[in-house]
Amino acid sequence: MTATPLVLALAAALLVIGVTGVLARRNLMFVLISVELLFNAAGLAFIAGGAHWAQPDGQVMYLLILAVSGTETAVALALMLRVERRFGTLDVDAVSLLRD
Amino acid sequence: MELEFLLAAALAIFSGAMAVTRFSAVHALLYLIVALLALAVCFALLGAPFAAVLQVIIYAGAITVLFVFVVMMLNLGPASEYREHAWLQPGQWRGPGLLASLLLAEIVYVVLPGSGAEETLQVDAKAVGTVLFGPYLVIVELASLLLLAGLVVAWHVGRGGIGETG
Repeated sequence: MTATPLVLALAAALLVIGVTGVLARRNLMFVLISVELLFNAAGLAFIAGGAHWAQPDGQVMYLLILAVSGTETAVALALMLRVERRFGTLDVDAVSLLRD
Repeated sequence: MELEFLLAAALAIFSGAMAVTRFSAVHALLYLIVALLALAVCFALLGAPFAAVLQVIIYAGAITVLFVFVVMMLNLGPASEYREHAWLQPGQWRGPGLLASLLLAEIVYVVLPGSGAEETLQVDAKAVGTVLFGPYLVIVELASLLLLAGLVVAWHVGRGGIGETG
């Protein structure tokens, strides 16, 4: 039986890597890859909870994260294609009109 | 089971960090797949075989294929063809290939009898399905609505807007 704090530490490490990627990378493709890592960190935390109490609820939540992640990827990639077509670049700073 | 989990966790963290820090999308995707597979091994070691299988099929399979499609659509023209030729040199596969074969060796070792994997309490697909279509039925319906909405949005956004070229 793997210790639950160890699993949560792995989830936290993946979360840190993902957040770093989202903040540091300016290419939309790599931002999306980092977001995938974030989803996986959250899923791992749910699985760890389910394993800790030996209940199936953790895996049910993981399934829902899977659905959310799939939807997010499809929509975000479609938006990314639009950004590339319109601005000719994948730089997130090209689409910062709302900020100004 | 600590040692096996630590190995898979180290692989997940290393390939996750590599995926985030690569400069070409294809390399990052290769390392992302290895990270997802390492997490699948972690799920299996935690006694969640159903989630592990779904992780391989849906994350490492379907979602990554979406990324690959977009990478292919974004790179058109002879310049990018030259670049892709440079990307797909056999040397670029060594890192992810090595990590993936480490994972394969680990999963083979864990599946073999006598490794102590049977001690972990397993929550199998039947238990998950019973709960999923019992107390969680409404959430399942909401998830299906979400997927439908995602399908409609991806189709609408992806085909190009009205009055806009391309």
